[in-house]
Amino acid sequence: MSLSKIFDIAGSAMSAQSARLNTTASNLANANTVASSAATAYRSRQPVFQTVMDNSAGMDPASAGVRVAGIVESTTEPARVQDPGNPLADKDGYIYMSNVNPVEELVNMISASRSYQNSVEVLNTSKDLLMRTLSLGQ
Amino acid sequence: MALDIYAQFNLHARALGLANQRLELLADNVANTDTPNYKARDIDFSAAMQSAGGLGGDLPMAATRPGHIQAGTAGANTTTPLYRVPEQPSLDGNTVDSQKENAAIAETAVRYQATLTFLSSRIRGMRDAFTGGR
Repeated sequence: MSLSKIFDIAGSAMSAQSARLNTTASNLANANTVASSAATAYRSRQPVFQTVMDNSAGMDPASAGVRVAGIVESTTEPARVQDPGNPLADKDGYIYMSNVNPVEELVNMISASRSYQNSVEVLNTSKDLLMRTLSLGQ
Repeated sequence: MALDIYAQFNLHARALGLANQRLELLADNVANTDTPNYKARDIDFSAAMQSAGGLGGDLPMAATRPGHIQAGTAGANTTTPLYRVPEQPSLDGNTVDSQKENAAIAETAVRYQATLTFLSSRIRGMRDAFTGGR
């Protein structure tokens, strides 16, 4: 029964989107963290999505959902701020802010939650169809 | 009149199979809404039903020489997916249009349920015929 394959596909999408929500939450939580050097400053993290290809079913070219291929860190330089009173300030009195852009993160969050809802909708639709198919002829 | 159970159910079974395959592709599209460079795919439902012999006109081309290519795949339960033509360009090369996908999923679900309704009434009719309506 290949309707149940849709559960796998929608499930993979939900898991990928929740990974995205996770990184967004982490980025927003660390939006105001500071560090003593540019190398140790928090950098915003973004997941990279990739289609899972599955050619076993004979369908060509069949794919079966999505996965998180990896998480990349933003390469934007962290902002350097003069704040000698901060206990984390370096010897010249500078602290390094995280490079998280809160507006970007909020947009990401909305997009992820909408995509998640779409996948739930797909899952519900195919579940209804499967239940009706199971009760066929009764 | 002989009762051919296979003929009674065959077409609807094919319709279910096709709706199934289409739903799978559409679910894939929705799953990959945010995947860079993913190209949305879909199948042409009516053309597929036609090639499955559903809408009449089921005359295969004669292959009289070994080099002749058979046209169409009559009787196939699945069909080759095609790539959708995007209406709006996107920067990351993704061609999924989630509105379109949702509309197509709703349509396919209704088709699937209609086929199920046809099948159940066919089953009910046959059961009535077997039991004499008792």
